Amino acid sequence: MRDHITLQVARYLPEKQSEPTFDEHEVPCPKDWVVLDGLNYIKDRIDGTLSYRWSCRMGICGSCGMTVNGEPKLTCATFLADYAPGPLRIEPLRNFPIIRDLIVDIGDFMRKLVAVKPFIVRRYEKPLSDGEYLQTPDELDEYKQFSMCINCMLCYAACPIYGLDPKFIGPAAIALAQRYNLDNRDEGAAQRMDVLNEHAGIWGCTFVGECTKVCPKNVDPAGAIQRYKLTGAVESMKAFFMPRGA
Amino acid sequence: MAESPAYTYHPRWLRRRVSTYWWLEKWSYFAFVLREGSCLFVAWFVVYLLLLIWRVLQGDAAYQEFLAWSARPSVLVLDIVSFLFLVYHAITFFDAAPRALVVHVGSKRVPQQLVGASHYAAWLVASAVVFWLVLGA
Repeated sequence: MRDHITLQVARYLPEKQSEPTFDEHEVPCPKDWVVLDGLNYIKDRIDGTLSYRWSCRMGICGSCGMTVNGEPKLTCATFLADYAPGPLRIEPLRNFPIIRDLIVDIGDFMRKLVAVKPFIVRRYEKPLSDGEYLQTPDELDEYKQFSMCINCMLCYAACPIYGLDPKFIGPAAIALAQRYNLDNRDEGAAQRMDVLNEHAGIWGCTFVGECTKVCPKNVDPAGAIQRYKLTGAVESMKAFFMPRGA
Repeated sequence: MAESPAYTYHPRWLRRRVSTYWWLEKWSYFAFVLREGSCLFVAWFVVYLLLLIWRVLQGDAAYQEFLAWSARPSVLVLDIVSFLFLVYHAITFFDAAPRALVVHVGSKRVPQQLVGASHYAAWLVASAVVFWLVLGA
């Protein structure tokens, strides 16, 4: 059937099974349907027990990341027709513990994200009467690319280093640290460097580069990490040759 | 990240180990492993160059002996393979450099393509100098 496509959806019911299995379903395949539409069709009309995360359907919330035919994808931005005649194999994101069906535990990422202080850090907040913090378009351009991250964690699923060493703080957290380091209103770069200038931080990355390839927002986390390494190396050299902070 | 909390444990969550052969799963992973492995061939060329200098310093006879040793098929094959890996290493390094090296002129950012092109230009100039030294001088 050309107007339908087969979805092979991973199921993991921890109370019943120790390994995932796959359920096959035929779903409609109009040209404007994305993988998430196919999953919603299954949930609404075929099997209401299927569990997965989603929210905005427009590539903003970063909730619906899954592995589609072996590649980490946002299912709201991956069209079924691009995979015709199918079948499509849909699995949970790799490198994360699977809680149920297509849902993974994101607690590890959330803790790492907080550790890099992904917000503007100021030594002293100026009073409101002094007005806003000004920023030129050039200053905005310095960090804008990294600010596009939606925390979808596709980069973690694509990173073999994170898979091998879960202590690695990972691509998105480092890219977001860079986003704030490069913001002229921020003064927290030294605090972030304390967290990231470690083996589990920037130096854990061996630049496989897959994080950048799978990023749906063109954030280039791999570039952010290499740039951070250069800064980290310069800082370490300064600390070695100028221990008194000259 | 010393204060990083431990991975959450839950008896029912499924954790899968990354395969030892993960680098064979995708071409891009394999290309990465080749790039990392190319460092060994870079190291070999450094050793080879040091050996060459050492033999040159020992006199003409030692230098001729080194040339004869270098012409052996096994050494020749090793050097050809090393050269190919060296070129691969250089290209991947130059492609990565503009992403790590952000250059500003005043408040304007120099385009990444220009940073990359300057690396290739420097490579070309260095190669021309070496050719001139070996063949011309």
